[in-house]
Amino acid sequence: MSLPLVVLLPFLGALAAPLFAQGGRTAIAVISCVPAIIGLAALYPHWAVLADGGIVQHTTEWLPALGLSLSFRLDGLSLLFTLLILIIGLLIILYARYYLKPHENVGKFYALLLCFKGSMLGIVLSSNLLLMVIFWELTSLTSFLLISFWTHKKDARRGARMSLAITGGGGLALLAGILLIGNIVGSYELEDVLAAGDLIKNHSMYPVALTLVLLGAFTKSAQFPFHFWLPHAMQAPTPVSAYLHSATMVKAGIFLMARLYPALAGTEQWFYMVSFTGMATLLIGAYVAMFKHDLKGLLAHSTVSHLGLITLLFGMGTQLAAVAAVFHVINHAIFKASLFMAAGIIDHETGTRDMRRINGLWRYMPHTATLAMVAASSMAGVPLLNGFLSKEMFFAEALELNLPGLWAYLPPLVATLAGIFAVAYSARFIHDVFFNGRPVNLPIFPPHEPPRYMKIPVEILVFACLMVGMFPAFSVGPLLYAAASATLGGDVPEYHLTVIHGFNLPLLMSFVAFFGGLLMYTQRQRFFDFHARFKEIDEKAVFEAIVSRISDTAHTVTAYIENGSLQRYAMLLIVSVIAVSVLPLWDLGIAIGSNGLSPVDWPTLIGIAILVVASLGTAAMHRDRFFALVLLSVVGLLVALGFARFSAPDLAMTQLSVEVVTIVLLMLALYYMPSWTPIETPKGRRIRDILIAGAAGIGMTLITLAMLTQPFTSISEFFLENSKPGGGGTNVVNVILVDFRGFDTLGEITVLGIAALGIYAMLRNVDLPPPPGDGQGHAWTRDAYPMMLQQIARPMLPLALMISAYIFLRGHNMPGGGFIAGLITAVALILQYIASGMSWTQGRISIRYHNVIGLGLLFALIAGAGSFAFGYPFLTSTFDYVYWPVVGKFEVASALVFDLGVYLTVIGATLLALTSVGRLSPHSAINSTNYKEGS
Amino acid sequence: MELAFAVVIGALTASGVYLMLRARTFPVVLGLTMLSYGVNLFLFSSGRLVTGGQPIIGSAETYSDPLPQALVLTAIVIGFAMTAFVVVLSLRSLADNDNDDHVNGRVPEQDRIPQEQEGANT
Repeated sequence: MSLPLVVLLPFLGALAAPLFAQGGRTAIAVISCVPAIIGLAALYPHWAVLADGGIVQHTTEWLPALGLSLSFRLDGLSLLFTLLILIIGLLIILYARYYLKPHENVGKFYALLLCFKGSMLGIVLSSNLLLMVIFWELTSLTSFLLISFWTHKKDARRGARMSLAITGGGGLALLAGILLIGNIVGSYELEDVLAAGDLIKNHSMYPVALTLVLLGAFTKSAQFPFHFWLPHAMQAPTPVSAYLHSATMVKAGIFLMARLYPALAGTEQWFYMVSFTGMATLLIGAYVAMFKHDLKGLLAHSTVSHLGLITLLFGMGTQLAAVAAVFHVINHAIFKASLFMAAGIIDHETGTRDMRRINGLWRYMPHTATLAMVAASSMAGVPLLNGFLSKEMFFAEALELNLPGLWAYLPPLVATLAGIFAVAYSARFIHDVFFNGRPVNLPIFPPHEPPRYMKIPVEILVFACLMVGMFPAFSVGPLLYAAASATLGGDVPEYHLTVIHGFNLPLLMSFVAFFGGLLMYTQRQRFFDFHARFKEIDEKAVFEAIVSRISDTAHTVTAYIENGSLQRYAMLLIVSVIAVSVLPLWDLGIAIGSNGLSPVDWPTLIGIAILVVASLGTAAMHRDRFFALVLLSVVGLLVALGFARFSAPDLAMTQLSVEVVTIVLLMLALYYMPSWTPIETPKGRRIRDILIAGAAGIGMTLITLAMLTQPFTSISEFFLENSKPGGGGTNVVNVILVDFRGFDTLGEITVLGIAALGIYAMLRNVDLPPPPGDGQGHAWTRDAYPMMLQQIARPMLPLALMISAYIFLRGHNMPGGGFIAGLITAVALILQYIASGMSWTQGRISIRYHNVIGLGLLFALIAGAGSFAFGYPFLTSTFDYVYWPVVGKFEVASALVFDLGVYLTVIGATLLALTSVGRLSPHSAINSTNYKEGS
Repeated sequence: MELAFAVVIGALTASGVYLMLRARTFPVVLGLTMLSYGVNLFLFSSGRLVTGGQPIIGSAETYSDPLPQALVLTAIVIGFAMTAFVVVLSLRSLADNDNDDHVNGRVPEQDRIPQEQEGANT
């Protein structure tokens, strides 16, 4: 249980830390230390197991179907990284306490730092590769926020964006690679993947998976050609640079290579891709570092170079090289974190990081200078310091590499050259900053030593440099052994951690590098002149140019597709639907099925002929809107007849009543609109649309024909059998609606209610004066409401209400039900509005239709929730029989309450929609009661 | 019978699609209504064409498939809600765009003709 806790604690800390921001920087720093301290304490008991190469595993199922589980694993390798993250994290927290200014948002800083720490721990402790990718992306996001911590700085924002684009993009490649590996192995658990190394390497997809995973690793660890984001990320506050960009995050890519070493390494592809990338990064980083005037820029490029060195070691593929790589991970983290902190102190105390201005600091801050000089010497690879040991191992491995022919000289040559550069830039760090004359024009003068506690983290790390350098076997021996054995999957080669191995070729290379580097530094002006001859490529400008070109292209494409014409979108949508469905339907072989055609009778055929003519007529005559509407109503009525003809009485009744309401509504709307549609200008467009419509129509005809003539089976047997015994009704359609599929119906009436409320909201406070005439030069007839209609409509209302009550009550057993009864009631009410006008009707029916909708939904919900009271799931219905006088035996189902809800919602929604439209122009003839008098 | 029924659905779809591609709101609303008739009939016919088999228990020997009927019943009502919403949307657009009922909100430059401008002024 301790492993998930170690990962979770920093996240909890991130929630807690900002609460203490009021208490000042010290309080929040103390709180922020708690997760790491508990984490270290929780890990301590496992050390005994891990020292012998054991593994601590913790697994909790999460999404087994996806192969994603919350599984964590602690072995030597993850322990090494966990310790680096936790211990250096503690030092950073202490350091940042003094680095940040009191007015800065310390709560945000510590919360982000802890989030980052948790994500980083997640990467190194995950045993499930998918889980690891999640944490991997989390580190990209948190590092983005940390780099842009000073949001007011433009460069910080840009640097953060660049690092997110590069590392986040790499994370996507990694995800793809991990998915491939998981597919090959059949599991995402690290245990299975590491055991399936041969399977992966012999698989045909291995090169693809390897490339994708390495893309993830190389982008994260700033390998050439993705290295440029790291120097630009130096806009971050220095504690962030020290933590993320030297010790932890950039090591995540290295960790990934180490973690998957048994599964992926040992092939030619691995060797060439990893070692040559590493070699290029090593050389380029070291070379550029010499020419940087910015203190952090120098350190950043040096970090790039050292990451290249570690990558190169992993790429070599020998076991000893892997040991050396792990060793250098430790050493680099120690000396580089201390150097960044020293650089931060100098920045803090002088106000600048420009080495052309910072000179001769020895006389102002000798204590800091001593610490920085020891750490920089370690970076240069001076004997008795930790950097020397792993560099020596690296030189030895470079000599061992068996490349064919003259290529064999390349690795030692590159190694020595990079060593010379490293000595040169380290010498510059020491000499240029602490000696070399007097400071030039410092913003803060005179500089002095930082607060006592700000130096403590640096002191601890420098002490570690010395300890590892002088007593390697004692100080890091066991940890290195455990980590190396976990990396290599068990067998560790013989290696010796001693200060000097005797006089051999690697030592000679160290000498060459040391004196060559010093010589180079003394002659630096020549190199600067040489370097100045080349035009420096500004990676940021190149990157920004590429990004803006991509975004311009995207804008162009978007502007082309999305040009603001709804007409065009509709066309593209329909054409794509046709295009997408043609091929699969073609493959299905659309033809008349085995059932064949049934004979047709004359009445049906005539009805169908009228329907077809009316529908095509609507399209052809659509410019005369009123005429088209009349034709549309013919179509609707014939559709209702069609339902009746083919055994669907409920549908016929619904369609009939909906048809009436629809046409009334459209007629009402038409009153406000032009009566004629102007001719569309391009004739070509009409012909094109006829072709599209024809294709759609023919397609639907063929599909329908094929479907109707196929034999089929239906799940409806269940409904037919259980309707009476289970639902208590013989009208199966109604029982399906209110009982079997009641939840669907609840959703549907909710949509209905929302649509009506939407209509009401859309037309609130809208004043739309109707046109004065029909657009053909005729003014509207100014007749009053027709008396005949008024006289018939009024007595119709109670009759219609009675019929709808009857239809409603019988609905469970005979055609009818809430939907139909609701529509009939609505039609009867609408008739009053039509016959007598808005004001007259509203004066007599003072119901707010919003409330009716709400009441309806409430009934439906109560009917559904009522079954909870009896311990049944939502919407379980029950029924019983009661004997009413006169009526006799009558069945009462709880579904009736639900149907009542449907009934009320339908009435409310329909009338709210219609009255909203009718109310549109208060002074129009429709609602003017006083019109008669007025004329 | 099947062929005639299929032709009906084809005609409704073709008219519906043609009207939906028009440039003014009112024909588009008509087109949507027409298309929803076609879709409803299509869904309904997935239970096949049965004569005299209304799904009322005890009223027939073989019953037509009740499930598509239940689905289509709600589809008709929802279809009405959609038509109502769209037609009101077009009214609102008319009010917001100076009595211009073009689906794009205003008549595109290239489609403008002299008579239309006159019509818009009245």
